[in-house]
Amino acid sequence: MVARRLGLGVLTLFVISLLIFGAVELLPGDLAQEILGQSATEETVAAFRRELGLDLPAYQRYLTWLGGVVQGDFGTSLANGRPIADLIGVRLGNTLFLALYAAVIAVPLALVLGILAALYRNSLFDRAINVVTLTSISFPEFFVAYILIVYLSQTGFFPSIARIDPDAGLGEKLYRTFLPALTLTLVVTAHMMRMTRAAIINLLASPYIEMARLKGLSPARVILKHALPNALAPIINVVALNLAYLITGVVVVEVVFVYPGLGQLMVDSVSKRDITVVQAAALIFACAYVLLNLLADVLSTLSNPRLVHKR
Amino acid sequence: MTKTPTTKDGFLSLSRRGMLQGAGALGGAALMGSLGLGSARAAPKKGGTMRLAMGHGSTSDSYDPATWDQAFVQVFATARNGYLTEIAADGSLIGEVAESWDVSPDAKVWTFKLRKGVTFHSGKAVTAEDVIASLNHHRGEDTKSAAKPIVAAIKEMRSDGDDTVVITLDAGNSDFPFILSDYHLAILPSAGGKIDTKSGDGCGAYVVQSYEPGVRASMTRNPNYWKSDRAHFDGVEMLTVIDPAARQNALVTGEVDVIDRVDTNTAHLLKRAPGIKILATTGTQHYTFAMDTRVAPFKDNNVRMALKYAIDRQELVDKVLNGYGEIGNDHPISRSNRYHAADLEQHVYDPDKAKHYLKQAGLDSLEVSLSAADAAYSGAVDAAVLYAERAAKAGITINVVREPNDGYWSNVWMKKPWSAVYWGGRPTEDWMFTTAYASGVAWNDTFWENERFNKLLVEARSELDDAKRRAMYEEMQGLVANDGGAVIPMFASYVMAHNDKIMTPETVGPQWTLDGFRAIERWWFA
Repeated sequence: MVARRLGLGVLTLFVISLLIFGAVELLPGDLAQEILGQSATEETVAAFRRELGLDLPAYQRYLTWLGGVVQGDFGTSLANGRPIADLIGVRLGNTLFLALYAAVIAVPLALVLGILAALYRNSLFDRAINVVTLTSISFPEFFVAYILIVYLSQTGFFPSIARIDPDAGLGEKLYRTFLPALTLTLVVTAHMMRMTRAAIINLLASPYIEMARLKGLSPARVILKHALPNALAPIINVVALNLAYLITGVVVVEVVFVYPGLGQLMVDSVSKRDITVVQAAALIFACAYVLLNLLADVLSTLSNPRLVHKR
Repeated sequence: MTKTPTTKDGFLSLSRRGMLQGAGALGGAALMGSLGLGSARAAPKKGGTMRLAMGHGSTSDSYDPATWDQAFVQVFATARNGYLTEIAADGSLIGEVAESWDVSPDAKVWTFKLRKGVTFHSGKAVTAEDVIASLNHHRGEDTKSAAKPIVAAIKEMRSDGDDTVVITLDAGNSDFPFILSDYHLAILPSAGGKIDTKSGDGCGAYVVQSYEPGVRASMTRNPNYWKSDRAHFDGVEMLTVIDPAARQNALVTGEVDVIDRVDTNTAHLLKRAPGIKILATTGTQHYTFAMDTRVAPFKDNNVRMALKYAIDRQELVDKVLNGYGEIGNDHPISRSNRYHAADLEQHVYDPDKAKHYLKQAGLDSLEVSLSAADAAYSGAVDAAVLYAERAAKAGITINVVREPNDGYWSNVWMKKPWSAVYWGGRPTEDWMFTTAYASGVAWNDTFWENERFNKLLVEARSELDDAKRRAMYEEMQGLVANDGGAVIPMFASYVMAHNDKIMTPETVGPQWTLDGFRAIERWWFA
């Protein structure tokens, strides 16, 4: 199953690369015009296009690009000639670091809060947790970020911009990126927490839970031992979805905290029509979704004995 | 988006006066930062790492001078590179890599003597070959350089030994050395007639340690730098911080020492923060509404005049620029330029006069569309809407068309009959007029043709007599104001902020943002 899914994944990536290429082609203007901007003249734009091969027909440029990618060569940025691998490597590392950091805080937090909320459902605690997490997810990310800056940065606890030295130690890095990680945590926690709570509560009406209660088990044991394992599949899926979001959708947080991740790179490149960079970034984002979804499916299959031990 | 070459403030007395007047118009406070502390200033001292957050910078930036287009690359380039000439803070022209220059009586042949002992960071000496290759990068069939039009007048260049460059122009131009201070024309190391656009080597005050386009650049002082009274910081770290709020936060929380592009809507709040100073300079940066003078109704000068009298300039300065600017008089020469026509009648908001001109054009009312987007300049759409409000009183209906930011310069500017435009301005009258008002040039965005103007332009260019030049340039300003196709309501200030550890010279160059791009080598820590 995994091999087939991987094969389908590659096909998905191919289709995505076509779509992205087409979409960027449809945008008005090209790299030469965007870079020269107001100072563009017909001659200089033409010379720029000749230099980069932008005067060739679109399909030809796509095929050349595809040919390179198949051999593992993503080419160079059209705008400044830097190899894509260098350009994206550092940014990808930063993005993954921040995503992981936020996930390490958010996922356990969401699960614990979700389980507690299910355990004490409709209590004051449950209500409070719901209000807090739903409020933080309802505000736009930049607003959450600014609020955190006002209370945690202007008071001197944490830096307002996540300026990380490439050779800073891990502690320093964690300190400097705490606010963006916290913002992301606030943004993604509600979704996972609510799903955990809902999935568990959903099961609490089942006969086997009734049975467990009748046996005299404690509520905590009922939930952890009996309900949770059966609620894992939907929880795993929503966690995977949020992890993918942490990798692909954090451009606003990157901008507010000046964090050099992939999102900003993608936005810059689209606005300059730097197609090779856009393609590479888009493929990385697509890969994140494909792989995380695959992982989620594998894990939810494993969590379900009926699927693991098929007759 | 893209900025156009240089701007300059006039000579010393003029620039001081210009700033004082600007400060007066503003109610004083903001501009005084650049003036007020002069006498109490101690001599600059060396040391410290200055951290500068800028509102520009993109992942697609590069070391290739052909593509430099916004403040981050411009300031970065000026910090690491040398230029043949430099515009001093007071607006005068001084030599940089060129120690001195000579000109033939017809202002056609220029001979530049290069300064001895100037080396690139790699240790290689700066030679005439490098200078020629650096200028050639912007010339010829295959160049993609934005600076191509400004060096188009160069007919021939040759070296005379290692330290002399002789440049022959198509026609006389007595302001030619000013052009060589343009930020594109950095002197880069060359090999075989081609300059090195990859390594970031240069002959300027700071040596690049690391550069991540769109993120940061760090530099240390060039130990062999030839200027003894410049380059006071040991190191400099430049950051791209696009979000205006993040930039202000970074300054307030002490993450950086200097920021540019302060959001003027919140500048009064920033000023209240302890230890923060706002610095505003007004040079030649101006905003225009350019009409296509070839098409009706703009073909008729009476219509153009009606539109010029239907705009409330002071209101735009107050509301769109929040006071950080000066009113314009429908020509692109700022009060800080050398030959600014101070006696020219100021166009004011006068609906009756506008109606009068409409009548002259045989119209009772007028309906026109004005294209604007914030890509033209921030606040362009608001400015257009305010304009439409005021013009309505003169019987003129302006339909403001909000255009997409994306592709504004390629699809709207010079394509739609009337659009909002940004101009950085130019340090000399000739340069500005030749760029955007001369007949048939690429950026004549009003498609204006005026015989008298074009004749004067050529005559003034090679005229060496100062009084005659002044008379000609003043007449040309009158022609642009009263016949040209651009409504030029305002000159906008560059607004920056820094903490009180940073010291600035008594006169801060207003030509461009951050002390004419040279804050890095001109400022110091207290």
